[in-house]
Amino acid sequence: MAYEPVLVKHVAEPNAYTLDSYLKHQRGYEGLRKALTFTPNDIIEQVKASGLRGRGGAGFPTGLKWQFVLKDTPKPKYIACNADESEPGTFKDHVLMERNPHLLIEGCAIGCYAIGAKVAYIYIRGEFYHVQEILEAEIEKAYAAGYLGKNIFGSGFNCDVYVHRGAGAYEAGEETALIESLEGKRAQPRLKPPFPAVAGLYQCPTAVNNVETLCNVPPIVLNGPEWFTGLGPDKNGGPKLFCVSGHVKRPGVYEASMHTTLRQLIYDEQYAGGMLDGRTFKAIIPGGSSVPLLLEAHLDTPASFDDIQKAGSLLGSAGLIVLDDSVCMVWLAMNLLHFYRHESCGKCTPCREGGDWLYKLLQRVERGEGQEKDIDLLFGVANNILGKTLCAFGDAAATPVLTTLKLFRAEYEAHVREGRCTIPAEWRAKQPVFAHAH
Amino acid sequence: MSFHPEMEYAPARFHRSARTLAEPGGDFTFTPENQARFDANVARYPADQRKSAILYALYLAQQQQGYLTAAAMRHVASQIRCTAAEVEDVVSYYTMFYTRPVGKYVLNVCRTLSCALRGAERVTEELSAALGVKPGETDPTGTFTLMEVECLGACDRAPVVMVNDDWHEQLSPQDCAAFIDDIKSRGRAAFTGCHLHKEGEPQGPPLR
Repeated sequence: MAYEPVLVKHVAEPNAYTLDSYLKHQRGYEGLRKALTFTPNDIIEQVKASGLRGRGGAGFPTGLKWQFVLKDTPKPKYIACNADESEPGTFKDHVLMERNPHLLIEGCAIGCYAIGAKVAYIYIRGEFYHVQEILEAEIEKAYAAGYLGKNIFGSGFNCDVYVHRGAGAYEAGEETALIESLEGKRAQPRLKPPFPAVAGLYQCPTAVNNVETLCNVPPIVLNGPEWFTGLGPDKNGGPKLFCVSGHVKRPGVYEASMHTTLRQLIYDEQYAGGMLDGRTFKAIIPGGSSVPLLLEAHLDTPASFDDIQKAGSLLGSAGLIVLDDSVCMVWLAMNLLHFYRHESCGKCTPCREGGDWLYKLLQRVERGEGQEKDIDLLFGVANNILGKTLCAFGDAAATPVLTTLKLFRAEYEAHVREGRCTIPAEWRAKQPVFAHAH
Repeated sequence: MSFHPEMEYAPARFHRSARTLAEPGGDFTFTPENQARFDANVARYPADQRKSAILYALYLAQQQQGYLTAAAMRHVASQIRCTAAEVEDVVSYYTMFYTRPVGKYVLNVCRTLSCALRGAERVTEELSAALGVKPGETDPTGTFTLMEVECLGACDRAPVVMVNDDWHEQLSPQDCAAFIDDIKSRGRAAFTGCHLHKEGEPQGPPLR
């Protein structure tokens, strides 16, 4: 049976982002209308029954997250929508907000109703200004049409949705760092517990949900939890957006069920359409730059949270970066460590200093000035970051080094032995600039 | 700065981070329009949480004079009702705030993996050659600043360049020199925008 897209079916149409289009094609705001006829607890039970798992990276059950939000408190509660999409290789929330903003707005409103919040803040990364303009204009329209604001559908439920613009920090995608940034501080993670569900934004109970997660809520309320679970494998139900980039013919955002295998996502005509002409598959990063590599032998794995984990990696944010045989794995690790070194928030020493060491060591090996012992040193430094930081950033920074060392150690050794990069590709810089002073 | 005992210390290769003070700058206050925008924004947050509006206030200040000076930060501090040090703390953390003058067009080339796989390193090289500046520098006429940034989140349209708040996608190394000329002659019209065209605008590249 052909899969019928739910989240991005109409996004290619010119007016997809408008309220009219949303009302016409997607039964717009009927999910909210229906939700308001249930009790908040019913909505949480429905989302729990659907098995919806967070689409931001961790795959934590959304219903549980909402259930954990403290109920008996005089404090206000908040939804903080994580739209700081910054994981390299991920661009699904970008498309959702730009082309289907009302689905997110409706998801925010239902989320607020479920946890007893009156305000949702959408924390959008500063670089997405063009998306923010669309989102804010559409929020205005939702207010004007009575889908947000006071006494929605005469139910007595009030809900405000605001967009909060970030200013360029990958770390703001971590839930407690996002809260810090929303409070007007540096985006640095907090020590957990307490979790945001107990003491989040302004020390009030807060649910932090990814854009795609909240976009799945209106369809669940409309169509029921059984419909949602039926769309995918056990415990991995629902529609999923996959971001395919790298050396494929048609990079893009594709919606599919989590039955779909990595091979289908790379090679099928309806998805990325295969490798670029004349290129051979080498490896894939299946869930954004922070997860281990998978090889040809793993391609028949269904792209679900559980199956990818069994294969030795993580689905993460479903950012599939496809690599062909022109990619030098030392260069790849160096490219990603440049990212992690730059984006480290600096709070935990292993990540702040270790990321810098790793980058410098990789640089040395990549340009052929490394020694045999540098390879072991890389391993040692990476293992001393792993699991030793407040948030998952440290693990993410160590992963590109550990996974390339595990699967492609021979390439590191060849760099050392021959004193040069052994796989220089024509698409790389002719004269690499190494001394980035930032 | 500490080093791993097995890492050779080579001062030429390892830089120490230097504390750079923001320029003092002339007197700064928000224009009446910006003051109104700030007041509207701060109302989105609980009354005792004015600090949440700090990023917005800094964007306004940066928009007003191009970059952030110490005077501008002090003004933001007075609006937020916090100390100037707290403002500088935030400014020095986020990459989108400038404490030095930048060109009219700030070219931010995405350098992270997906863009790099599609030639972003070459794009930076070509733009650098076309402008005669290195990444991080501004050309003598003050028109262009070239920068490298980390993943912009549009990997399907790689390589991506963010120019101020606009985006230009699928810029190939061969087209870089022409792209610069195009910006010089047509300004913002030279950019492809992002993903899809809006209603009433010219057809953009197809969504994939």
